[in-house]
Amino acid sequence: MSQHWPLWEVFIRSKNGLSHRHVGSVHGADPDMALRHARDTYTRRMEGVSLWVVPSAAITASDPAQSGPLFEPAADKVYRHPTFYHVPEHIKHI
Amino acid sequence: MSDRAYFDYLLRLGDDSLVLGQRLGEWCGHAPTLEIDLSLANVSLDLIGQATYLLGHAGTMEGEGRDADRLAFHRDALDFRNCLLVEQPNGDFAQTIARQFLFSTYQRLLFDKLAASPDAQLAAIAAKAVKEVAYHADLAAGWVVRLGDGTQESRQRMVEGLEWMARFVDELFAMDAIETGLSARGLAVDKAALRLAFDAIIARTLAKATLPPLPSHRPVLGGRKGHHSEHLGHLLAPMQYLQRTYPNASW
Amino acid sequence: MYTTELQKQAAVTSVEPAELLAAFEARVAADEFIEPKDWMPEAYRRTLIRQMSQHAHSEVVGMLPEGNWITRAPSLRRKAVLLAKVQDEGGHALYLYSATETLGAARDDLIDALHSGKAKYSTIFNYPTLTWADIGAIGWLVDGAAIMNQVPLQRTSYGPYARAMVRICKEESFHQRQGYEIMMALAGGTAEQKRMAQDALNRWWWPSLMMFGPPDDNSPNSAQSMRWRIKRDTNDQLRQKFVDITVPQAEAIGLSVPDPDLKWNEARGQYDFGAVDWEEFYAAVRGEGPVARERMQARRKAWDDGAWVRDAATAHAEKQRARQAA
Repeated sequence: MSQHWPLWEVFIRSKNGLSHRHVGSVHGADPDMALRHARDTYTRRMEGVSLWVVPSAAITASDPAQSGPLFEPAADKVYRHPTFYHVPEHIKHI
Repeated sequence: MSDRAYFDYLLRLGDDSLVLGQRLGEWCGHAPTLEIDLSLANVSLDLIGQATYLLGHAGTMEGEGRDADRLAFHRDALDFRNCLLVEQPNGDFAQTIARQFLFSTYQRLLFDKLAASPDAQLAAIAAKAVKEVAYHADLAAGWVVRLGDGTQESRQRMVEGLEWMARFVDELFAMDAIETGLSARGLAVDKAALRLAFDAIIARTLAKATLPPLPSHRPVLGGRKGHHSEHLGHLLAPMQYLQRTYPNASW
Repeated sequence: MYTTELQKQAAVTSVEPAELLAAFEARVAADEFIEPKDWMPEAYRRTLIRQMSQHAHSEVVGMLPEGNWITRAPSLRRKAVLLAKVQDEGGHALYLYSATETLGAARDDLIDALHSGKAKYSTIFNYPTLTWADIGAIGWLVDGAAIMNQVPLQRTSYGPYARAMVRICKEESFHQRQGYEIMMALAGGTAEQKRMAQDALNRWWWPSLMMFGPPDDNSPNSAQSMRWRIKRDTNDQLRQKFVDITVPQAEAIGLSVPDPDLKWNEARGQYDFGAVDWEEFYAAVRGEGPVARERMQARRKAWDDGAWVRDAATAHAEKQRARQAA
């Protein structure tokens, strides 16, 4: 049985000014092939102006079980948001 | 401009795209991987699109009321003007890639020149198509390298594929009286002048693929005057069957 | 295209922590999305892998009956449209395999399961395409039924599946329209064309109704799949909706639906329709469809014939890596 082609995650920039966004994955033996496969699979309807392919194995993801320690401490830092501060009505441009 | 020679020239361009597009359509659902299936279908769709524009333009130039469908589905093999290379059967994936590599490399050079044609309609078609074709040529070249420099088996198949297809290369660049005449009027590309660039691109890719140079063959000609291989009749039979069986129907 | 859930539910063997299970059920009940690395019950994972890969297999096998007519399409426009459509089916298979792989299933293993007969695909593709009108009927009826099945799945609980379905539904919107357009041209054409169109409707009508799966009272996994939001409407609800929408479309182009019991029911505001031959359905599930064997042979052949290509690309990539390392 032959060795499987590795998996690549595909990211598309739909137009300049926007960031690349994850859309799915393809299999490909090498980076050039993965890029062509991404083009032929995910941009058949003018979905993009730029493509990234990244070996799936190269992605390190956070653990959902750790989402409490990772993300919840940010919840009470309301002073990071402008609406936290009271400025009288008549003060403009601030 | 009712000009038989120019009509014939446009048929040559359109039939090349049509016949190769039809050939690649045969792969659909049967390619080595799903991704390759999508790639081949994309190439085929580009070619069918080109054929539609080119044959449509040919029909307009002819001025006898024949549209692209009429020309595609109601001509006999003797009236087809495509080169012999594009009608060669798909064979295995290496044969398909060899055919694509040689043809798209040629077509890219040709359309690049045609994009400057004094015929504005043809120039517009070529300018759009040359981007498609550049992609086809690169896609095929990438596979020539992978197969040539892959396993023992893939190398052998690639060598065989190129060996077979190479015999049809001279026809791509052959200039007969029709094209020489049109070329003198600035209406056709002097293809002989493209040969050096073609040979250089092919040689570069073959070297990268660790493959030997294309073998030299006695040129096989005939496609441009309607003398085809036996394969073309079998390609046209299914393609034209509905239109021929129900000549008065519209679809 | 779509496949109905055909196989028996996976037995849950391991004992799962009750509090995780309860939290999971609560999230799903609240219409939250489950993402790949989230904890999920093993049965949920296995049911999803089965349903999504069956769906992907159906797309792949579904390329064959329509691919059968690409070389014979009757105009350049029809040829391009059909090729683009069949290519879309391949693309949809890819999106679905890609989503299935987020659950830890490798695509090549899923494909092996299809080729060995272990995995199922939609029985609809085991029917032959005899005339050009079948291409119209498939787009109109089969894709129509598929869309009806798929639209609710855009809100299915598993995130990657839902996202794949959003993309698929968006792309498939042209599939049904092109099919109906073909039927319209034929139904308004010559006597031979009309005959083709009616014959295709006659042959594809009942198999299309079967695409929604067994009747609700004989669909054992439905309740759990509904609770898990990996199924969102019952089989019979969707079937009824399909009949109600499709019958007027047939009448509009002068074709008649091959069901003597079909009758508008004023009181219900819906059509009454005849009984589906479920014996035929289960025979097709067992692989006794008219061209089941050819379909699988074609898939296996394509895969086996392509093995040397896949090996070559792997070998080349390894050589490249070795060269770069040197």
